[in-house]
Amino acid sequence: MIRLTGIERTFVVGEEQVHALRGATLEIGQGEYLSIMGPSGSGKSTLLNVIGLLDRPSAGIYELDQRDVTGLSDDELARMRREKIGFVFQFFHLVPRLSAAQNIELPMVLAGIDPTGRKPRLNRLLAEYGLEDRAGHRPDQLSGGQCQRVAIARAMAMNPSVILADEPTGNLDRHTGREVMAVLERVHHNGGTVVLVTHDPEIGSRAHRRLRMIDGAVVSDEKS
Amino acid sequence: MRLNDVLSFAWQVMRGYRGRTLLILLAMGIGVAAVVAVTALGEGARRYVANQFGSLGTNLVIVLPGRSETAGAMPGVLVGKTPRDLTLEDALALRRSHAIRRFAPLIIGAGDVRVGARRRETPVLGSTAELLEIRRMEMAQGYFLPEGDPRQSLPVSVVGSKVASELFGARQALGEWLRIGDRRFRIIGVLAKQGESLGFNTDEIVIVPLAAAQALFNTEALFRVLVEAKSREQIPYAKEDVEEIIRLRHEGERDVTVITQDAVLATFDRILRALTLAVGGIAAISLAVAGILIMNVMLIAVTQRRREIGLLKALGATGRQIRLAFFTEAVLLAIGGAAVGLIVGQLGRNLALQLYPTIPFQAPWWALVAAPATAVITAVLFTVLPARRAAKLDPVQALSRR
Ligand SMILES: Nc1ncnc2c1ncn2[C@@H]1O[C@H](COP(=O)(O)OP(=O)(O)O)[C@@H](O)[C@H]1O
Ligand SMILES: [Mg+2]
Repeated sequence: MIRLTGIERTFVVGEEQVHALRGATLEIGQGEYLSIMGPSGSGKSTLLNVIGLLDRPSAGIYELDQRDVTGLSDDELARMRREKIGFVFQFFHLVPRLSAAQNIELPMVLAGIDPTGRKPRLNRLLAEYGLEDRAGHRPDQLSGGQCQRVAIARAMAMNPSVILADEPTGNLDRHTGREVMAVLERVHHNGGTVVLVTHDPEIGSRAHRRLRMIDGAVVSDEKS
Repeated sequence: MRLNDVLSFAWQVMRGYRGRTLLILLAMGIGVAAVVAVTALGEGARRYVANQFGSLGTNLVIVLPGRSETAGAMPGVLVGKTPRDLTLEDALALRRSHAIRRFAPLIIGAGDVRVGARRRETPVLGSTAELLEIRRMEMAQGYFLPEGDPRQSLPVSVVGSKVASELFGARQALGEWLRIGDRRFRIIGVLAKQGESLGFNTDEIVIVPLAAAQALFNTEALFRVLVEAKSREQIPYAKEDVEEIIRLRHEGERDVTVITQDAVLATFDRILRALTLAVGGIAAISLAVAGILIMNVMLIAVTQRRREIGLLKALGATGRQIRLAFFTEAVLLAIGGAAVGLIVGQLGRNLALQLYPTIPFQAPWWALVAAPATAVITAVLFTVLPARRAAKLDPVQALSRR
């Protein structure tokens, strides 16, 4: 489903070149539950952004669902992101003036789905992520765990091929973090593909496949 | 993205940033209100002048003795001839023109008017029965000068309302006698109050038959001849006829000046219209200022809402959708501001109307269309840059804490 071959990503900072990814090669299949660990600055986020079509590799080939996406235009990438990718961020990134329900609806609104089509999906998502009684609340009226549940529901709104979560528990206490992980694991149990970046070995080790990155390269790839 | 969703998204942004929204509405509103108010003033002044001329009489052509603009260069003056007087015979000759409906010769002088012991210095007008119609005057009591041969001097007079009340107080003036110099005139009519029009107050005059005035002031020379053309279209022909008829009578000399009311009015009209346009244009600059304000506010919004824009991109928004969101917001703000401005402008106009009821303040239609249109267009133009900047934002950077 996802195949990366020799992916490079180089940033130019002033006179210097920073190699965030050095020839990353990786294949992720449908329904996998994969964690990426590694020291800070090792390129985990950059890899996730490349997979999520938010960032373009400087070199290498990326195939998503058998399609080479390296040459696509910005608008084509945006449309693929809309259909196939669901992001979950460390800092939730909810729109502060919108209610929980409106935040969850946002991808469907951007995709141009009409309100009658959105309504049943929204209700199903609210029920599935236990947010029915929080639907009308704005983010500042929600706890961290609730915010992240809203973010996960939003990521799932378009039934994406893959959920990409960059340190989703990094901003939560241990207990809430476990709750959020349980939600993500349920996505996996229902057949979803989950790629998770984390600092926490306890959380990372729960994944069925564990990647280690150092200096922009994948150094180990364990399955269990 | 559906239109409804685009609109409601913009609406939520406007509600979310209330202070900012109010600021822009205010700036836009002031700009539009200024244009509406200023053009209403200008247009009001223009109509006021037009009405004043209109009340003088319609299709008016005024004949005065002497060739004002070329008098200095006339060969007649060089050889020492004084310009010829305009006489009653000249006026009567105008009957030959088919373009002229009626005319009234006019003599004017200051008269020492007395009733018993009361006396008053008053302008005395000598004219004919036609003057009533030409000047659109109305009678409060009695009759105007009788029709008949203008060479005949009847001892009758018509007085303005103020003259009547000053000379007679509460007493009835109609039918009484008054004395001008050493002649006596019976009052056969009192003019209705009309007030001043273009510096001439009919409430303060005494009108006597032309021949009587000629005798009073001991002159044959007319002050003016007021001519009414048969219609608006006939005014140029009437003018031509007057010039030709009098030139023939004056041995080929063009020694009268003929003014048409249209020409004077057209000049005023042009000046006032140009003035309205110019001042309206200056007011429109405040709209441009509002546009620059919108641009700055939007640029700030791009920075403020970096993360939100990054998020929208991560959720699959295209550059076009981001731009559309910004333009929609700008256009809604402009329309809202224009609506506020139109309402405030109209309120201002109503206030001006209460303060100066005689001046017909009314913003011209082009200003009512141009002001909101300018507001929307400036808003769109000044949003191009911020919208483009937002659409080009790199989502990874926008979402990072850096
Ligand atoms: N936009 C950027 N500009 C310059 N350098 C960057 C940028 N993004 C990431 N980097 C650099 O690339 C490397 C990898 O970063 P990142 O993928 O964020 O690491 P991680 O998520 O593993 O902590 C780091 O050295 C970082 O400083
Ligand atoms: Mg990171």
